[in-house]
Amino acid sequence: MSITKQAGSAGGRTGDKVFSGAALGAGVLIMVVLFAVAVFLLVQALPAFTAAPADVTGGRGFTSYIVPIVVGTLIAAAIALVIATPIGVAVALFISHYAPRRLAQGLGYVVDLLAAIPSVVYGAWGASFLASQLKEPYQWLADNLGWIPIFAGPASSTAKTMLTAGIVLAVMVLPIIASLCREIFLQAPALHQEAALALGATRWEMVRMAVLPFARGGIISAVMLGLGRALGETMAVALVLSSGPLMASLIRSGNQTVAAEIALNFPEAFGLRLHELIAAGLVLFIITLVVNMVARWIINRHKEFSGAN
Amino acid sequence: MSTLLTERKSSNLTRGRLPGYASYVTAGAAVVLAAALMALAGFNVLGWAVLSGLLYAVGTVTSAAVVEGRRKAVDRLATALVVGAFLVALLPLVSVIITVLINGIPGLLAPGFLGTSMNGVSGIQDNQSVANHTTVLGGAYHALAGSVLITLWATLISVPIGLLTAIYLVEYGAGNKLSKAITFLVDVMTGIPSIVAGLFAAALFSMLLGPGTKTGFVAAIALSVLMIPVVVRSSEEMLKIVPNELREAAYALGVRKWRTIMKVVIPTAISGIASGVTLAIARVIGETAPLLVTAGFATTINFNVFSGWMASLPTFIYTQIMTPTSPSNPDPSTQRAWAAALLLILLVMLLNLAARLVARLFAPRKGR
Repeated sequence: MSITKQAGSAGGRTGDKVFSGAALGAGVLIMVVLFAVAVFLLVQALPAFTAAPADVTGGRGFTSYIVPIVVGTLIAAAIALVIATPIGVAVALFISHYAPRRLAQGLGYVVDLLAAIPSVVYGAWGASFLASQLKEPYQWLADNLGWIPIFAGPASSTAKTMLTAGIVLAVMVLPIIASLCREIFLQAPALHQEAALALGATRWEMVRMAVLPFARGGIISAVMLGLGRALGETMAVALVLSSGPLMASLIRSGNQTVAAEIALNFPEAFGLRLHELIAAGLVLFIITLVVNMVARWIINRHKEFSGAN
Repeated sequence: MSTLLTERKSSNLTRGRLPGYASYVTAGAAVVLAAALMALAGFNVLGWAVLSGLLYAVGTVTSAAVVEGRRKAVDRLATALVVGAFLVALLPLVSVIITVLINGIPGLLAPGFLGTSMNGVSGIQDNQSVANHTTVLGGAYHALAGSVLITLWATLISVPIGLLTAIYLVEYGAGNKLSKAITFLVDVMTGIPSIVAGLFAAALFSMLLGPGTKTGFVAAIALSVLMIPVVVRSSEEMLKIVPNELREAAYALGVRKWRTIMKVVIPTAISGIASGVTLAIARVIGETAPLLVTAGFATTINFNVFSGWMASLPTFIYTQIMTPTSPSNPDPSTQRAWAAALLLILLVMLLNLAARLVARLFAPRKGR
């Protein structure tokens, strides 16, 4: 009896050790995976950095190959954020403070549906439907606002341009910004809001004085997480943009982003081209890593002084 | 009595405020005016709705500015902008769904779309079907099978790792330095671009098994990199809300920690964990970029994830659009692409719905 009991308790102790070991192992594995992503990309990218400049695509070394497409990536992400930030914040405000209470949750789910649609479907929609709708507006922009460099003509006849890609990206990052901002707005202290209303503030004044100052850090980090998504988004750009060299005009065919460059060329790549594309992926990885780390840092700092969990 | 009522109506409290019916009057006027303007310029329903909304916003803001003063007018303007932004945000959702339905239904209903692969379907068959107006041959069976298998393997890899990590973070880590570091890295991992995850898997396997290794399993690894952080985050949230009293009661009865976790904590949280996992599956099943660089483009049915190229729904859509089977007659390929897109959206929506059902079905019973 005592032997079985001891065996049982010893078994339990082993079980405890195995289980906590497995849990710890899984946690460490995640750190190893992230580390491995960086190391494998670095190792596979090295030949591109050390190759003779003439061998790299474009013939003038890796830097002059990567800089234009990095700038293109930044332009696409910038367009997406300029469109998505105000709309996303307003949508979040609508759901948290303006919509009738009973509808709010359902409407939030509708906005989340935007995030559930796969990126390749957005790409197909942008290339076939959105681009056909934007031909005439682009022509108008080129005719009337052509003196602004970003609207310089002649407008693309297919409208598969950087601005179209940016709009599709905006649609894709909108639900991210909206849902994160909604969470922050809902955490804004109710007492401050009620105090503002009791002092005779209108709803907008209450939002401006009691909600937005509280949520400033959260909004910034939500926008940065959206930026991370826009920088790394591949399919929408690959399908929508007819790529070309870097140029200022957003309504002519041209420009390229890092992610789309990889997706379009990787399947046929071999030899040095393969290493080049992996190096481009490494650059993209580092950019998004920095953006995400800064965003998370802002969120965490915000958590500490707001008392919200 | 009547004098009292009239006095109350013109009391100081309600002076300088628009009466309750003002907004209805403005709305009616806006709709009529918009209809009149549209009749001049050529009528369409969308333009009418947009114009009515704009006129209503302008009407309420100006009337408030005249009667109620600047502060109220600014308030109404803000309300109009916020509601307008929400409606604008709905436009792409509605547009995407309508586009996919209109373009996808004919292809999805075509006989054999769900039952055949693209094996043996070439430009010749597509040209013939366009010339003779016969049904489009070929289907997405191979892609559907590939998507299901790759996602299944990714789930098999991600769920144990993700769940165990969440258990470590909640039950063992308890805010120590390692668990803080893991939480931070998981957050950072959520932001890894999907194409980079694909490149990682491709680079890993080209070093292990030689360059150009493209199989379903490589794709599953790439998807796992994207899926693990999602599983960790959702499971962690669910484990955190398990009441501490349950754990303490189990410890008080002398139950070992691991048995407490297995028999008390996880069963309590299983509904949330299962729905989180389903949502994670819904997220990765639509990923295209990592599959593009890891699984290759197969046109035949392949059930073996460990050897040979494998098709999937997202890459099927992509290749059918970018490189039509018959370059001179892209219509059959476009039809197949939209049908596959509709199928993919249906799958994702079903998974989202399943997540909600799972959360409700497995929810711990309260009381008796």
